[in-house]
Amino acid sequence: MELHMELPVTAEKADSLHAGDFVYLSGQMYVARDAAHKRLMELIEKNEKLPIDLKDCTIYYMGPSPAREGRPIGSAGPTTASRMDKYAPTLIDLGEKAMVGKGKRTREVLDAVVRNHAVYFAAIGGAGALLSKCIKKSEIIAYEDLGAEAIRLITVEDFPVIVVADDHGNNLYATAQAEYRKK
Amino acid sequence: MVREVDVSEITKNIREMCISVNYELSDDMKKVLSSAKQSEKSPLGSQILGQLQKNLDIAKNDRIPICQDTGMAVIFLDIGQDVHLTGGSLEDAVNQGVREGYTDGFLRKSVVSDPIIRKNTNDNTPAIIHERIVPGDKVRIKVAPKGFGSENMSQIFMLKPAQGIDGVKEAILKAVNDAGPNACPPMVVGVGIGGNFEKCAEMAKEALTREAGVHSDIAWVSDLEKEMLSEVNKLGIGPAGLGGTVTALAVNINTYATHIAGLPVAVNICCHVNRHIVREI
Ligand code: SF4
Repeated sequence: MELHMELPVTAEKADSLHAGDFVYLSGQMYVARDAAHKRLMELIEKNEKLPIDLKDCTIYYMGPSPAREGRPIGSAGPTTASRMDKYAPTLIDLGEKAMVGKGKRTREVLDAVVRNHAVYFAAIGGAGALLSKCIKKSEIIAYEDLGAEAIRLITVEDFPVIVVADDHGNNLYATAQAEYRKK
Repeated sequence: MVREVDVSEITKNIREMCISVNYELSDDMKKVLSSAKQSEKSPLGSQILGQLQKNLDIAKNDRIPICQDTGMAVIFLDIGQDVHLTGGSLEDAVNQGVREGYTDGFLRKSVVSDPIIRKNTNDNTPAIIHERIVPGDKVRIKVAPKGFGSENMSQIFMLKPAQGIDGVKEAILKAVNDAGPNACPPMVVGVGIGGNFEKCAEMAKEALTREAGVHSDIAWVSDLEKEMLSEVNKLGIGPAGLGGTVTALAVNINTYATHIAGLPVAVNICCHVNRHIVREI
């Protein structure tokens, strides 16, 4: 199914999604990679305040190339999500509702998605120029010292993603490959 | 006759090559991507391949890198033995070219100076440099930036000779299947067979820089490339790993002599953003 969805993704909206849906997202999401996730986890462990609001948030796993003048951002495709697997279940339990990345996730992450009515979307890997055009605004909100790995808040318009893991327990990577596998 | 080449020439060329290769794929890659779109059986897969082609157009026309991971710069230098390099250190000249290219070209700086301390060098240096001395008086420069989504999915297998060609086939299929959606399929698969531990890895890397669609001169290797491309495409991984009949665009294999006791196989996985560019000066 092809549909448009306004961010934030709530538990109710996540419930309505199914693995294989092609979704165009519009609204605000955070951008963070492993270095930023590591720092967030350290704050959580110390019970300190986070620089982002986790409730119903969407986190895009991405580290852009530098923006040219007059542009909000450079090339901006997804990075491999498995590097965030260590941190994602905790963040989802604390309110994160949607992740955007590419590649397989661990059982723990998929379980956290089901348990919390969340969703894992894939953006098309290696389509950074195309995805860049859907990002209308970008601002660094934490960890500027991390450069391309800083936490950003971006505003997207019709940002194309595909539901990989839904809260009904489906995982598109497993089912879709099986469908076309000839051996 | 010795020909003098000032290393600043090398800097200048590498700077330009780093930039151009990150904004536009070579014709061979564009061609295999467009025929993949024709042959993909999955509707979603075909839609994704269409978006990848659109991505290439946007990258070129709007000057946005094809992928945000503009890679670690891998540079192959074939230096003619009649060339005398002047004007400074060759390695510094190469790294200066990378530094200028990645800075002036709005490319991402993805290199940390130490694998454990992990501090970004902020200019994408140092490059990985492979030098060879060859006959002649030219310098052939090949620039092949490599993203790490796919690099991380590469594998090396120290097989026993008794495992033979079946063992090689299994190794290639295992590496591609393990890579799955993480390596941004459709992939290009570079394979090195023979040599020793480091030689087979280097051959696998260089195999990625061969034009997609061009096969090995050795008959059995060329046959194996074709067979493995068709086998890999039966895995069902498909574009973006979301299912389909195009998992790889090419399987390129390089081979070398090896020891009586060994059969090393390296599989270097690359994504569809398989960047390579060559110049001779
Ligand atoms: S694997 Fe290739 S296409 Fe995917 S993010 Fe890395 S460089 Fe880009």
